[in-house]
Amino acid sequence: MINRILAVSATELRISRRNLWVLTASMIMTLFALALTFAGAAPTGALGVDLLTVSVASMTTLSVYLAPLLALMMAFDAIAGDVERGGLALMLTYPVSRGELLIGKFLAHLGTLAFAMTTGFGIAGIAAALSGGAGIESIVALIRLIGTSVLLGGAFLALGYMVSALAGSAAGAAGLAAGLWLIFVVLYDLSLLGAIVYDDGGFFTRSVFPWLLALNPADAFRLWNVAAAEGVALATGMTGAANALPAWVAPASLILWPPLALALARGAFGRVEP
Amino acid sequence: MSKDAVLQVEKLCKRYGNSDVLKAISLSVRPGERVALLGHNGAGKTTLMKLILGLTTASSGEISVAGLAPGSVEARRAVAYLPEAVAFHPALNGREQLKLFARLAGEPTHVVNALLERVGLDEAADRRIGTWSKGMRQRLGLAQVLLGRPRLALLDEPASGLDPISRHDLYSIIDEMAAQGTALLISSHALTEVEARTDRIAILRKGELVADDTLAHLSRRAELPIRLRLTAKGDAAAEIHARLGGARVNGASVELICHPDEKMDRLTRIAALGGLVGDLEMTPPSLEDLYRHFSGKDRP
Repeated sequence: MINRILAVSATELRISRRNLWVLTASMIMTLFALALTFAGAAPTGALGVDLLTVSVASMTTLSVYLAPLLALMMAFDAIAGDVERGGLALMLTYPVSRGELLIGKFLAHLGTLAFAMTTGFGIAGIAAALSGGAGIESIVALIRLIGTSVLLGGAFLALGYMVSALAGSAAGAAGLAAGLWLIFVVLYDLSLLGAIVYDDGGFFTRSVFPWLLALNPADAFRLWNVAAAEGVALATGMTGAANALPAWVAPASLILWPPLALALARGAFGRVEP
Repeated sequence: MSKDAVLQVEKLCKRYGNSDVLKAISLSVRPGERVALLGHNGAGKTTLMKLILGLTTASSGEISVAGLAPGSVEARRAVAYLPEAVAFHPALNGREQLKLFARLAGEPTHVVNALLERVGLDEAADRRIGTWSKGMRQRLGLAQVLLGRPRLALLDEPASGLDPISRHDLYSIIDEMAAQGTALLISSHALTEVEARTDRIAILRKGELVADDTLAHLSRRAELPIRLRLTAKGDAAAEIHARLGGARVNGASVELICHPDEKMDRLTRIAALGGLVGDLEMTPPSLEDLYRHFSGKDRP
């Protein structure tokens, strides 16, 4: 089993490298992270924290948008594309299970994402530390940012496989993936915001809202990074919601999302007749 | 039906919505046997193969592959498949793609080199498949069929897109596999000299198996007419036509159509004409005539 997963993984990694996904993703991460780090350098003095802390705070906001986007872009073609090319039917006549195929692809794509995150945030982090100082706490925050970004990417990779299996075609899967991104990253927050404004500081805002926030992997990612580092919290202004929840909630949500989404993707994949 | 068959299909039905794609198909293939599966596009050939591979499930009926349920891990180990218009990932090269299949099949990856050579791809193997011609991709598809000496091989339109030399290679590979005991089911939408080289011919028409026999038996059963063309000596065509009937063709010839069992009788009468006949040409029914007889002219 391990052998077959590794065979699929090695092939997918090679494909990611050949169609320049590894390079593109790393460049996108690096450019955005560098731009945000130096564009967001202003509040260091006002908040009394080092530049790396501010940089991590900016990059957290960046990652909320970019990690799901990159993951979905890598994942939407994974199953629908193979069906369209006719390759999946042939693969499935070999003694490899659908679960093994899925995990093999997941490991390769997650590796690509992890490489891009580490490169992008790492370079921007080093640049920030060199020009504006860093401390133990901000270095830990940077490492946490990279790790949680990979988890967030993993959740959306799996969600991408799910829509790839559900959609009849690669084009349809691309559309569904865009919808998924919009819902999780933009509309979910907007509707919660609307509810808070309507509720005006009532029961919903104090007791229900933080939990709903933690349910969304993108928000759980934000909460985890904010709650764990005081400086980052100051710089993002998200302390209120972060303090209303027990400390384990956001990490638990973000860690559980990738395996749960993978299980959903496996279920959807099982219904595909190549 | 024989007990030692590698592939045994019994009263197999497949419905998609309201349409019956396959209606009570029964078919068996023994080790080393080459069976051609013929039918128009949409007759159900690919569906039958996908059912045997376990890629889709039957509405009713039974399939056994080497005594196993289709799609089970052991059955997948025993079966090789060449899809119609096979497509591989364009970013991989031939060697990498074949190595992946070898690893999935649990074969050592060094067998890949010999297989690439066997199908004549050893020089192209390190170029990306995206740059390959259709015929080359088809040959890579054949190479993966040869992995691990399958007990049953399903080839879906293997000859499509191949040039005559590749076709020749295809037959020799098919014959080699059969000689090693692999049972082969080879689909095609035409009956040509390729399919005529198989041991048995099965014809699907709109989801029904309308024939399953050797070529010789099928020809006898079809009783298709034989065409005789007599070229008259001088201007004797009119007299030949008057004595034998038939149809006059471009002034100097007469064409007769006769049943196989009347053939000898006709020839005797032609011989009796003696000097009137300059030449005689006899055309037995072609493979295409035979196929059209069984597959029916009413296309779906």
